[in-house]
Amino acid sequence: MCLGIPGCIVSIDNADDLVATVDVSGVRRQINISCIVDEAHPVESCVGDWVLVHVGFAMSRINAAEAAETLRLLQELGELQAELETMQTLTDAVAAEE
Amino acid sequence: MRYVDEFRDRAKADVLVKEIERLLAHTGRDQDRPLQIMEVCGGHTHTIFRYGVEGMLPKSIELVHGPGCPVCVLPMGRVDDCVAIAEHPEVIFTTFGDAMRVPGSRRSLLQAKADGCDVRMVYSPMDALALARQNRDREVVFFGIGFETTMPSTALTVLQAEREGIKNFSIFCNHITIVPTIKAILDSPDLRLDGFLGPGHVSMVIGDAPYEFIARYYKKPMVIAGFEPLDILQSIWMLLRQIDEGRCEIENQYARVAPAGGNAVALQAVAQVYELREFFEWRGLGSIDHSGVKVRDAYAGFDAERKFAVPNARIADPKSCQCGEVLKGVIKPWQCKVFGRACSPETPLGALMVSSEGACAAYYQYGGIKRGRDETEASVA
Repeated sequence: MCLGIPGCIVSIDNADDLVATVDVSGVRRQINISCIVDEAHPVESCVGDWVLVHVGFAMSRINAAEAAETLRLLQELGELQAELETMQTLTDAVAAEE
Repeated sequence: MRYVDEFRDRAKADVLVKEIERLLAHTGRDQDRPLQIMEVCGGHTHTIFRYGVEGMLPKSIELVHGPGCPVCVLPMGRVDDCVAIAEHPEVIFTTFGDAMRVPGSRRSLLQAKADGCDVRMVYSPMDALALARQNRDREVVFFGIGFETTMPSTALTVLQAEREGIKNFSIFCNHITIVPTIKAILDSPDLRLDGFLGPGHVSMVIGDAPYEFIARYYKKPMVIAGFEPLDILQSIWMLLRQIDEGRCEIENQYARVAPAGGNAVALQAVAQVYELREFFEWRGLGSIDHSGVKVRDAYAGFDAERKFAVPNARIADPKSCQCGEVLKGVIKPWQCKVFGRACSPETPLGALMVSSEGACAAYYQYGGIKRGRDETEASVA
């Protein structure tokens, strides 16, 4: 029940009641978008938004930059680890030669 | 699927597991006692079991599955209240699917439905409101459960009903709040937690600030975590880094969905419709002050508790159930006397066996029972 799922808003169906249609992996349904609309982000700018959908409500606009940043950190961690492992392997190899 | 698949990458998971092992060795902790990390949220419990996250971690890290499954902590008396409301012939009782099989002292909502009550599963409280619109001669009641994640959805539905002047719709409000509950856990004398995975979707609504006391006064680190396997692993890694560096902070791994300030519209709707209860009864944890909300007087017409005289009786859990001890992490699910025998997902005795977010059901479904028994036997041998 507490799970949420990312979806993309494809149309605004009722701007007064803040009802929109969201596409979640090909499944479409109407959701309420009250929680993602404010003066800085009016109704008409919501089409194309990726949102976290929970029990029929868009609860948050997914921040693409933050998502990329999380993945970049993980990528870097992997690269650092690979480098350290290479360093270790080569150091061990040199030690074995001696 | 975008924002899902990339957070399930196996190679990145392996990197994180290695980093966790390295950090754990670096902390030079006393290996006699495992590092205990509580995931507060049932959604995290679900991910942890579904993807076998526990099995990937070093044995000296123990995940304690916290109380964050709203279905699991619902006391039996409240289920009885639901059934009592559903028994009114004019009522269409609507609920999320998770709550259908929670046992009451007499019967569950599913059994009430089989016996002829009009109980219907809905995906959203807005679907319940649509039923009220279509059935003006009936009373449609929505069973409002869940933490702050779900609270805005029922509050906004009440506000929508008010705008439309719909009179035959009400909420049976059983919403609960996470912060007093975390505090109750921190105050419990038999607990030795080293840190918390914070509930990502609650945080999406309430923001980071309400957790500050955990770091400041209880000196425990917390990382607000997302719900994919990489989110969980990265958050555990961030917690270890705090422990290694001697820091206690509230950090946010899930910034892509949960902004630091939470959601102002959602908080406004919640504050408008609900107010704190003096206390709320939790299954397994007992009564916790200010841990639940009720409908404000201004919206009394949408409050099922006032529309229908609910019995509101306190019903003790079955004696054989040890849900409370499992919830607090004192025992593991498989150490409960009835686990997998008298209590299974088909015929749950305790609430933790009911929802897929409950620790016992998760152990049962995803083979944790075998791992647990193997470990128990190994320690006996």
